[in-house]
Amino acid sequence: MSVEGTPHPIRKWEAHSRGERLARFAVYLGTAAAVVWSARYVEIIPEFLYDAPQQTVDLFRRMWPFDWSHYPKAVHAALIETFHIATLGTLLALVLAAPVALMAARNVSRSRALNLAATFILVSSRSVNSLIWALLFVAIFGPGALAGVLAIAFRSIGFVGKLLAEAIEEAREGPIEALKATGASPASLLIKGYWPQIEPSFWAVALFRWDINIRESAVLGLVGAGGIGVALDAALSNLYWDQVGLILAVIFAVVIIVEIVTSAIRKRII
Amino acid sequence: MTAANENSALELRALSKSYVPGKPVLRDISLTIPANGITAIIGPSGTGKSTLVRCINRLVTPTSGAILFKGLDLTQLSGKALRMARRRIGMVHQEYNLVERLSVMENVLTGRLGYVPAWRAFLRRFPQADIDRAFGLLDAVGLADFATRRADQLSGGQRQRVGIARALMQDPELLLADEPTSSLDPKTSVEIVELMQKLAAERGIPVIINIHDVELGKRFANRVIGMSQGTVVFDGLPENLTDRDLATIYGGESWIAAA
Amino acid sequence: MSPAALHHSRAEAFPANWWKRAGFALLFLYVLYAMSTLEITWARFVAGLGHADEFFARMWPPNFEATKLDLLTTGMIESIQIAILATFVGVLLSLPLGLLAARNLMPEWVSWAARGVIALCRSFHPIVVAILFVKAVGFGALAGILALIVASMGFISKLFAEAIEEMSLKQVEAVRATGASFWGVLVMGVLPQVMARFIGFAAYQLDSNLRNSTMVGIVGGGGIGATLFTAYQRFDYDFVLTILLAIIAIIMVSEIASGWLRKVFQ
Repeated sequence: MSVEGTPHPIRKWEAHSRGERLARFAVYLGTAAAVVWSARYVEIIPEFLYDAPQQTVDLFRRMWPFDWSHYPKAVHAALIETFHIATLGTLLALVLAAPVALMAARNVSRSRALNLAATFILVSSRSVNSLIWALLFVAIFGPGALAGVLAIAFRSIGFVGKLLAEAIEEAREGPIEALKATGASPASLLIKGYWPQIEPSFWAVALFRWDINIRESAVLGLVGAGGIGVALDAALSNLYWDQVGLILAVIFAVVIIVEIVTSAIRKRII
Repeated sequence: MTAANENSALELRALSKSYVPGKPVLRDISLTIPANGITAIIGPSGTGKSTLVRCINRLVTPTSGAILFKGLDLTQLSGKALRMARRRIGMVHQEYNLVERLSVMENVLTGRLGYVPAWRAFLRRFPQADIDRAFGLLDAVGLADFATRRADQLSGGQRQRVGIARALMQDPELLLADEPTSSLDPKTSVEIVELMQKLAAERGIPVIINIHDVELGKRFANRVIGMSQGTVVFDGLPENLTDRDLATIYGGESWIAAA
Repeated sequence: MSPAALHHSRAEAFPANWWKRAGFALLFLYVLYAMSTLEITWARFVAGLGHADEFFARMWPPNFEATKLDLLTTGMIESIQIAILATFVGVLLSLPLGLLAARNLMPEWVSWAARGVIALCRSFHPIVVAILFVKAVGFGALAGILALIVASMGFISKLFAEAIEEMSLKQVEAVRATGASFWGVLVMGVLPQVMARFIGFAAYQLDSNLRNSTMVGIVGGGGIGATLFTAYQRFDYDFVLTILLAIIAIIMVSEIASGWLRKVFQ
């Protein structure tokens, strides 16, 4: 290449190219601007702020000790209901999300129109909060667990569908080609080519979403969709803070238990 | 249109393929593949060998030309007709392409996917005859005890044997092999090609093998086709392949070992 | 030809996975049990579909009147502001919290304490936290912001700590071997490995906070949630639809933006 003695042009070392640096700078600037704008214009009432520490102490004093007697009366049944809502909702979401995920995966569905339509469905499902879905379903099906199950399901479709679509797109093409070469039908290709490859991700996603859904289901009752949220809403409306405390503690315990269970399952199976 | 010769399995007519318009990978290839024995295709990387083989079972669609297989023009088929043609052509792949998480037996049985409906595949209710044949093929490739092992627990050579069993499970009339030995060590490579030769001969199936190891090709092939830059530059018996021919195919003399 | 094929049983070909079968059977039975407990019947569902017809008729077409659009804009802007502030402060607080929780960087008692804090932050739904903050600091955006700061800390710190625990210690050791101080090791050894992922988490959380900020208003935490809830209770379903469409549009934009953000910092 170069002969000894020929001068080299000075080579500078930069971590990022000029374009990258500009982009990063733009992001920093944009973030700073956004934060300043938000802080200036968001309405915060100072009187409430001064009050806050006292209010907080007052709150905790009213919550403790918990009203343990309330548990067998109202809380236990509601807790079971919450569990069912979360589980049925997750299962329903898996069933509904599977076809949408197939439509959204660019290696399975070659039509751009189909991909876009499926992506739109998934984004919409995710954008609408489960609480808002619950409002809609309560309006249609009336208050109760049915609205809750549907709310959980419809919210989860976006989450599950997106992750499944990503898993499908990451499937290795080699085995798929080999199966195509044997003359397999598209259905057989899905069952024997794609499914074995995405199966571990499928269960991981299901477990992950179920964990989140337990938390989500607990609050749906605030708008009437069944579960322990109903008990919470009642306690809040009546200002029975000791019951509120109990319910929050129970929710916390359930969340911890579910987390332990899902970690254990994940370690064993995945 | 002349009918396919009794002694030819496959006829390629003016086959061309360009992935990028204006840059043809295959240029106007016309060939007749004999109806028995092994035909080896040799040539440098990127010369279109793999494209050629994959055009035959339409994993790649040619830009122009015809591929006549027992009277059928494969380039004109689509949908169900294409699938029915594909099941008559078995393929052994470079990277084995097994479904890693399925067992060896399930992988072999995927060779029947062109023949059984999807619901049977899903419930694994293959006909008993297929199951018996699958076991027979596993015996033939020397993997009798591996039927229930997961495919990802096997070595490279073992996986390729499963690949061969899968291809033969289709009861094919033609066997394609796309660089079946490039991921294998020299000893295993010989075993694999030998196995293909034996099993194909037993069943009277012609084999087209795309291979980069020239010596291996010469040793087992009945016919050698040399490609260079998208065209056929040698077509004849392996013993007639001279160093001059190799130089034409691969370019440059330094790699040809002194005899 | 190969010798006559011996007869092999299906059981030999496909050994039964009893665990899997038991699992599926259990799941199936559970679904039936749960549905009956919750009194979910086909009849109820079909009855609901009848109402759905009415409901959708009232939602369509969406309401685009000027006064409503005004309300919509004010509400959405407040939600966006809540999301931005919550993410910003949440991210700032998550950096040290995540570092403190990493078991490979900190002594055990420190990481345990930090993990406890993170677990607390994560256990409660943002809406529950919002309810508590509304009690403490009153109605309005502040309660929403604080609730989402807690949610952000719970999420980002946990993943950040896990990313640190998963990083390659060899790179850190190499930097340490050059004689760098603790901060030097942090900046040149730890952060380069985890920064890209941290930015990814932050971008995801911005998205998530935007979603949540649209609902904290239902319990008094400011933002469009309050507007939506009011419209809902008044049976102004066409305005509800307008708000939903606006929320979906904003989230879509934010998803595209966060995807781009991640690419910039890759």
